[in-house]
Amino acid sequence: MKYSSQMVAKPYFIFALILLAGEILFGLLMAIQYLYGDFLFPLIPFNVLRMVHTNLLIVLLLFGFMGATYYLIPEETETELWSPKLAIITFWVFAAAGVATILGYLFVPYAQLTELTFNNLLPTMGREFLEQPLPTKLGIVLVVVSYILNVIMTVIKGRKTVITTVLITGLVGLAVFFLFAFYVPHNLIMDKFFWWFTVHLWVEATWELILGAILAFVLIKVTGVDREHIDKWLYLIIAMTMLSGILGTGHHFFYMGAPEYWLWIGSIASAVEPLPFFLMILFAYTMTRERKIQHGNKIALTWAKGTAVMAFLGAGVWGFIHTLAPVNMFTHGTQLTAAHGHLSFFGAYVMIIFTMVSYAMPILRGRPQGNSQKAQNLELASFWMMNIGMMGLTLALSAAGIVQILDQRVGTELIGFMESQESIAGIYMIRAGFGLLVFAGLFTYFASFFVKEEAGQTAGYNA
Amino acid sequence: MSNMLTVKEPHPPGDFAIWIIIYVELLTFALLFLGFAFSRRSDIEMFNASQLQLDQISGFINTLILITSSYFVAKAVQSIKHMTDERIKEASRAAARWLLFAIVSAGGFLVVKMLDFIHVFGQGITLSTNKFFMFYIMLTVFHFMHVLLGSFILTVLYRKTKAQGYTQNDHKGLETGASYWHMVDLLWIVLFPLVYIIR
Repeated sequence: MKYSSQMVAKPYFIFALILLAGEILFGLLMAIQYLYGDFLFPLIPFNVLRMVHTNLLIVLLLFGFMGATYYLIPEETETELWSPKLAIITFWVFAAAGVATILGYLFVPYAQLTELTFNNLLPTMGREFLEQPLPTKLGIVLVVVSYILNVIMTVIKGRKTVITTVLITGLVGLAVFFLFAFYVPHNLIMDKFFWWFTVHLWVEATWELILGAILAFVLIKVTGVDREHIDKWLYLIIAMTMLSGILGTGHHFFYMGAPEYWLWIGSIASAVEPLPFFLMILFAYTMTRERKIQHGNKIALTWAKGTAVMAFLGAGVWGFIHTLAPVNMFTHGTQLTAAHGHLSFFGAYVMIIFTMVSYAMPILRGRPQGNSQKAQNLELASFWMMNIGMMGLTLALSAAGIVQILDQRVGTELIGFMESQESIAGIYMIRAGFGLLVFAGLFTYFASFFVKEEAGQTAGYNA
Repeated sequence: MSNMLTVKEPHPPGDFAIWIIIYVELLTFALLFLGFAFSRRSDIEMFNASQLQLDQISGFINTLILITSSYFVAKAVQSIKHMTDERIKEASRAAARWLLFAIVSAGGFLVVKMLDFIHVFGQGITLSTNKFFMFYIMLTVFHFMHVLLGSFILTVLYRKTKAQGYTQNDHKGLETGASYWHMVDLLWIVLFPLVYIIR
């Protein structure tokens, strides 16, 4: 660790991982509810579980991004963080607000929660993924603004790099597009437009910049490849991401009352969307091949390459499967969408946080060349458990989606929703199994932190 | 002649990254062209009738302008490539002049196209008028934005060329920008007959 202020990243990383455990736990509970509908009834209904599951994901990713940023910004700018104290304060504010919100979801009926949190003053609640009460939403704005302020002030006084520029662009985008969460038009179609301006432009435009910047940072560190070489790739990838991603918003405007031309704009732009992800794979593997150093933290490079591959599969391939308008007419809102959602969030965003944590955490704990070989081996096992688990879960959900489409949307002999769900029960069982594997993988990952360092061995790589 | 045999021309010219961009652009336009072709098959009469509302003359003028501008850009690249160490100043000045012609041509294209847009949108035509005009607007506006970006790139090249920033051995940037401009030209050469002429 070169700068003492990088230390503030640590609580962010730890809390992000704890939230991830919570997220997966609630996912598993839902997987059981898919099989046994009255499981946990009437304690926690499905809609509440789902809200907790998705909100935890968003919050954990924000914590992860913040931790990653606080770690990489001092090194990129070659100066201490502008205000480590502010970073620590926002951590506690955000953590407290996050926990309070989740507890609110779990213990207060949602309708009552809206009354308690002044939703009548400015109605913003009830929209998928943006269910947070007004005070939480305002808190998010406050936290994000102070976070961006901290980053920008640090960059102003230090070195400016392509990575910091891309990262700040992504962060500012993240903040700006969240503001649409405060605007809920009465017209349902308009409402969907503005809702997607937050949701889509987060995950398929601005967050991808953050992902690209973090990936480029880790690759520079573990491969020793020249910055100029990586910068060009980064520019290329983000330019393509932004253009295809912004126009790709159109794929959410299919068959919802929006004009017909969105079918074409959405289909064509999103047909291009997998390409920057494919470039990301080329990027990661080319950098690995041309690496100039053998970094002791080999597992971090494994995570980096894994991120590129899984992001391409989840966001690129699984997105493309159902993005063309004529296909989407049949697949919309089935488990195929869930399959895409799971693998893309895991592959692109959860994986990049694992990448950063695996690279930075050992350094923050005084092991500049990574954890011991034993710990890295255990972490490698967790890498495969989680990846195989997520892949299996995605394939199971895809199969479920296809059965759903055949049951309910193709041909003339169609059956009802519940009847179709029953015919998928076996597949849901398999899905729950793979979900369990992911959960076990996460705990194996945790365990790798506690592997005792052997005397005299400081690095995983001995050559 | 002998040194031309020993020095292998790098292919493709310019930066590798621009070729990724060019292929992605061509792919995107190809999807739009295919969409146009298939939609046309299902309603040829409407497509033919709508096409008559377009100003073919302005489209034709723009085709000539773009092809000529590509010629200017090619001449600029040639000037730099064939210059000798003694004639850096003259060659750079000549290349800069060719690029200036190209920029003026690009400006001409933009003006003519704007007049065309005023003509079309003045008739109250929107993306929702019919499928022909949906494709017409999507294709031409998208292409228009490429010409705008291309003009910006040409201006950057012009400034660097004028400052003698390119040499016989180091002109990758110029070739990169030139490749992009030729792509913008190429797209119009497909777009013009497809949308304006073919019946």
